[in-house]
Amino acid sequence: MNPSASHDQLRDLKDQAQYDFTTEVDYTYRSRKGIGEDIVREISALKNEPQWMLDFRLKALDIFFKMPLPEWGVDLGALDFEEFYYYMRPVKQKGHTWEQVPGAIKDTFNRLGIPEAERKFLAGVEAQMDSEAVYGSLKREWESQGIIFVDMDTAVQQHPDMVRQHISKVVPIADNKFSALNSAFWSGGSFVYVPPGVDVKIPLQAYFRINAQSLGQFERTIIIAAAGSNVHYIEGCTAPQHSEAALHTGVVEIFVNKGAHARYTTIQNWSRNVYNLVTQRAVVEEDGAMEWVDGNLGSGITMKYPAVILKGPHAHGEVLSIAFAGDNQHYDAGAKAIHLAPYTTSLINSKSISKGNGHSGYRGLVKVAKGAVGAQSKVVCDALLLDPESRSDTYPYIDVHEDDVQIEHEATVSKISEEQLFYLMSRGLNEEEAAAMIINGFLEPFVKELPMEYAVELNRLVQLQMEGSVG
Amino acid sequence: MECQTLEIQELHVSVEGKEILKGVNLVVKQGEIHALMGPNGSGKSTLSYALMGHPRYEITGGDALLNGESLLAMSPDERARRGLFLAMQYPVAVSGVTLYSFLRAAVSAKRGYGEAARASGNQHRQGHLIPARQFRQEVNEELEKLRMDPAFLRRYLNEGFSGGEKKRAEILQLALLKPAFAILDETDSGLDIDALRIVSAGVNHLQQEQNMGLLVITHYQRILNYIRPQFVHIFLNGRIILSDGPALVDRLEKEGYEWAQEEFGEQQ
Repeated sequence: MNPSASHDQLRDLKDQAQYDFTTEVDYTYRSRKGIGEDIVREISALKNEPQWMLDFRLKALDIFFKMPLPEWGVDLGALDFEEFYYYMRPVKQKGHTWEQVPGAIKDTFNRLGIPEAERKFLAGVEAQMDSEAVYGSLKREWESQGIIFVDMDTAVQQHPDMVRQHISKVVPIADNKFSALNSAFWSGGSFVYVPPGVDVKIPLQAYFRINAQSLGQFERTIIIAAAGSNVHYIEGCTAPQHSEAALHTGVVEIFVNKGAHARYTTIQNWSRNVYNLVTQRAVVEEDGAMEWVDGNLGSGITMKYPAVILKGPHAHGEVLSIAFAGDNQHYDAGAKAIHLAPYTTSLINSKSISKGNGHSGYRGLVKVAKGAVGAQSKVVCDALLLDPESRSDTYPYIDVHEDDVQIEHEATVSKISEEQLFYLMSRGLNEEEAAAMIINGFLEPFVKELPMEYAVELNRLVQLQMEGSVG
Repeated sequence: MECQTLEIQELHVSVEGKEILKGVNLVVKQGEIHALMGPNGSGKSTLSYALMGHPRYEITGGDALLNGESLLAMSPDERARRGLFLAMQYPVAVSGVTLYSFLRAAVSAKRGYGEAARASGNQHRQGHLIPARQFRQEVNEELEKLRMDPAFLRRYLNEGFSGGEKKRAEILQLALLKPAFAILDETDSGLDIDALRIVSAGVNHLQQEQNMGLLVITHYQRILNYIRPQFVHIFLNGRIILSDGPALVDRLEKEGYEWAQEEFGEQQ
């Protein structure tokens, strides 16, 4: 081994250590291991919820038990619902300044760079560890414009009517087994309301941290962009590598009202032992626009299909995603665009990289309902395979009930070309640097959509994934 | 300082089992300009790729030495870092990688910024790269010499470049990397007369400034009106069949390659 290689490995170890650490937390509450109605009731009682929310949860639990696991996509054979803790509360009370957050937990988020990012370029931050938000703050200039950015539990207490009007309206409880599971056990997540015409010029960020072993994290998020408003919400996710699996099952529902614009960006860097089974969907009214910018790198097993329901005329939806499946990772990810109104447009651009025995699949649905004349949809899937045993699949479903529409689908599968590698190496880049440059180029259309700080972060995560892949 | 040399000894190269180079011998010393002329398909580009270490070109015999050290076991990037450069006839496009970031990474690798950062434990995100301000200044100077628009730097590497733009981009790389030896593979093709003049002036300037050894591969004499070789070699069927002074260029221009084939092609 040459000295530079060992140094690189040290640096990489350090990089992984940035996320891979467990915080000693004296949990103020932890439910028993396993699933059951008693836990649903416990959670609801601890949160002091109104009866309607308890009823909602119990109904969802009933549906969950009745629904089968999906038989397509990823292998969930090893998933045992009795092996998780469904609720762990790390703090007695959420802080509104970082000083109010207990030392070890504050240190965790410091290490993850959240307070620094908040000071520099965010409008507000919600930080969640395990089942509960531990910190939340919205800068005064945004709060004074009537923006609401709180955790979902606070929203149930302070804005119950708004929550009740919107929860499960885009993602029904019975949409799938995991949306039912989330509806029964949800805790934390964000509630965002942006008043009509208000433009939140800098992003709101939610950071989700799984700390405990065998945790189930079930955050629930609702974002309402009122008519003519604009909002960009970013979620970051990390977890340490435990020996036992963790379960992350979030549900996100977004309401983009007339002429509004919302963007939801995810940089998902869960650890390999996390099942990431989430349902994310937006409904877009007339002239509104929704963009999902979805970066998936960490979790071991993932099912995720961000969706746009284009309900009003001229509504527009985009799903721009990347998935990087390294060894022992399987992504079944994709997008859905449902065109319900005339002249609606959608663009889906999915990029995947598979390395080692990594396996990434694109599963997408474009549906055009009767009457959605003039609808246009374009789907582009690009897969890059780094090794002979890497795998990529594409399952595009198209369901069109209107004649006057325009649907395009393109898919490419490629390898890093020998000619490109040679060219870059002939200029002095070593093989690993050359391959990383080609891969960064492949991801560039995605990365350029990210705020600069996140672009830097994503490039670094890609480098981590690339470690030892060539040479 | 000891005179640097690029020495090719009885080099045999095969591509997909077919022998293309059949024993090439050539010595290029620092500061010398050599022209390698031959018709299409004679194996000129094979020689350039093999010297740079393209994996598809299999060396079946002989050796290639840079300052007495064999290149054959070195990867292309090691060859580049030791001072060999190939301006390619058909540079490939790399989508999503801007010319700027590519050039900065290449210059940094060539000048050892990465190794220096590793040795000193510099963990800064850009610690392995030449400082942006310094690089920007250097690249702007070279762009001006080659009469290239700085907006060019924001384009993706060779993607959608015209033939002439690709060649200029190659020479821009040459100018920034400042190798000890450069091979220009059909650099004149795709260049109009004005561009050829500018590119040649750039090459000549560098060659003198760096005392570079140059191997100019071409099948026309056109570029040799601007970049004046001291040595001219005729390349046919995988071998150098004749080496002489610059007068050979004129004879080839007037009489073509046939006479050389007839006089010298058979005996080897």
